[in-house]
Amino acid sequence: MHFNAFDRYHEKESFLHRLDPRVKVLVTVIYIISNALLPDGAWLAFISAWMFLITANLLSQLGIGYTFKRSIIALPFALIAVTVLFSIPGKPVSTFQFLMWDLTITDAGFLRFVSILIRSWLSVQMAILLVAVTRFPDLIHALEHLRVPVILTTIIAFLYRYLFVLTDEVLRLIRARESRSAAVAGNRSGGGVRWRAKVAGNMAGQLFLRSYERSDRIYNAMLSRGYSGHLYTLNPHEMKSSDYFVTAFVIAVIFIVQLIGRL
Amino acid sequence: MHFSPVPLHIPDGFLSIPISIICWAITIITLGIAISRTNKALGEKQVPLMGVMAAFIFAAQMINFPVAGGTSGHLLGGALAAIVLGPWAGMLVMTAVVAVQGLLFQDGGLLVMGANILNMGLVTAAIGYGLYRAVSNQSKAVKLSVAGVAAWLSVMAGALFTALQLWLSGTSQLGIVIPAMLGVHVLIGLGEAFITVAALSFILQTRPDLLGEDSESAKGSRAWVAVGGIIALVVVWLSPLASADPDGLNRVAMDIGFFNTAQTGEGLLAGYTVPFFADAAASKIMAGVIGVIVVGAIIMLIGRGMKAKS
Repeated sequence: MHFNAFDRYHEKESFLHRLDPRVKVLVTVIYIISNALLPDGAWLAFISAWMFLITANLLSQLGIGYTFKRSIIALPFALIAVTVLFSIPGKPVSTFQFLMWDLTITDAGFLRFVSILIRSWLSVQMAILLVAVTRFPDLIHALEHLRVPVILTTIIAFLYRYLFVLTDEVLRLIRARESRSAAVAGNRSGGGVRWRAKVAGNMAGQLFLRSYERSDRIYNAMLSRGYSGHLYTLNPHEMKSSDYFVTAFVIAVIFIVQLIGRL
Repeated sequence: MHFSPVPLHIPDGFLSIPISIICWAITIITLGIAISRTNKALGEKQVPLMGVMAAFIFAAQMINFPVAGGTSGHLLGGALAAIVLGPWAGMLVMTAVVAVQGLLFQDGGLLVMGANILNMGLVTAAIGYGLYRAVSNQSKAVKLSVAGVAAWLSVMAGALFTALQLWLSGTSQLGIVIPAMLGVHVLIGLGEAFITVAALSFILQTRPDLLGEDSESAKGSRAWVAVGGIIALVVVWLSPLASADPDGLNRVAMDIGFFNTAQTGEGLLAGYTVPFFADAAASKIMAGVIGVIVVGAIIMLIGRGMKAKS
C-alpha cells in the first residue's frame, strides 16, 4: 500500500495551503465553536457562516463544492437527533403514525432539529477542508505548537506513520483467511458465528504480537540512530505577519457572524 | 477501506458547549495523569511502543467477521488495549486512535473530541482493565471469561456515556436514546467480547510472558478494580433505570441545573416505554444484573469450549 493511501491532503498551490498550520487549526476550531454558540434558528448567521465556508473553499483552489461533496459522512448520526422533532413542546406541524406510536412534529422541535443538522454540517465541512489543505505531519506539528503534550503528538505521528504498514499486515491476514475459506456453491464457508468470531479474534491476537515485536525492532533501530526521546524537524514553522493578519481577520468575521446571530 | 466500527463517534454540533467543555476537562485531567504514569513506567521507549500499538488498534478495527444478514462484528479495542498494555498506556493508545479518526477521517468532531476520547478511550479502558485486574492472578479460564464480560461492558459503558451526553446537550430524548444506543450495542458488545477473548487466549498461548506476573498488565494498581467496578455498576444500574424512568433522571438533571436549553421533561412521547423494561425500578435493575450474569455465563461456556478444542 502506498504510504499516503489514507491521506486526505490535496496537493495544490493556494493561499490556504500556504497558511501556517497553526492558523488553520485555530481558525477551524474557532469556527466550530462559533457554530455551536449560535442560537437555534439563527438563519441569517447560519447563512453567513456558510458563505465564510464557501469563501474558504474558493481560496483553497479545490473548487466551490469540494467540502460539500464529502460532507455526507456525518449524516447517519442525524438519526440520533430525530427525537427532538417530537419531544419539544410547541405548535403541532404534522402528525403521522409510525409503527405503534402517533408522532407529532412540533415547530419548536423542527427548528431545533434543523439547527443541530446545520451546525454539524458546517462544522464537518470546515474540518474536511482543514485536512485537505494541510499535510498531516504539519497538522501534528501545529498541535504541538498549540501546547498539546509532545508525547501525545508523537504517538499520533507514529500511529500515522505505521498505520499503512499495519494496514498492509491486516490486509494480508484477511487475504489469507479468504484464500482458506473456500465454499461449495450454495453453501456458506466457515463454521458458526462462534467459530468465525474466534478466527477473527486469533487474527487480532496475531496482529497484536506482530505489532508488539515490530515496535521492539523499531525502538532498537531508533536507538541505533541516536534516539534520545525527542524527534526533530527541519521545518521551522514560523508565523509570518500575514498569518497573524489572517487570524485577526477571521476572528473579526466570526465575531460579526455571532453578532448577526444574536440580533 | 476505512469504516467506523461502532457508531459512537459524535460529530460536531450534537453536543452543547458546556457538555463539550466538561468532557474535555475530564479527558485532559485523566490524560495528564496517564502521561506522567507511562513516562515513569516506560521512559523513552513509550513513543515507539504506544505509537505502533495505536496503529495496531486502528488496523485491528478492520478485522471483521460476518454475523448474520450482512452485519458483522468488529473490535473497538479499548478493553483489549488496556488489558495487554496496562490501563494508562491503553488510554493513551486509544486517545491517539480517536484523535486520528477525528482529525484525519472526520469520524467524530473536534470540539466534541474530548467526549469521544472519554467514551471510547478512557471509559472503555478503565472498565476493561478494572474488571480484568480483579482476577488477573486467577486461572486462565476465569481471566478470559472476565475479560469477555469486561469487553462487553466496556462497549455498553461507552454507549451509555454517549447517550447521556447527547441527552444532557438537549439533542436526544432520554427515554429513547438510552434504549436505542444500548440496544444496538448489546450485539456490537458481544462481537467485541468474542474477539477480545479469542485474542487474549491466543496471546496467552503464544506469548504468556506478555500477560504474566511481571507484565504491565499485572502491575496496574488494585484501585482500578474499584474504578472498573463502579463504572460497571453505573451501567448496570443506570441503563435500565433511565429507560424505565426517564422523567426521574430529567428532574435530577434539572435540579442540578444542567438544562438551559429549551428542553423540558414533558415530552410528547413521555408515555413511551420500552417493552422489556416496563415494570418498577427495582425489577429493571434486576434485569440489568441478570443480563450481565447471562452474558458472563455465555462467554464462560464459550471460553470452556475454546479451551477444550485447543
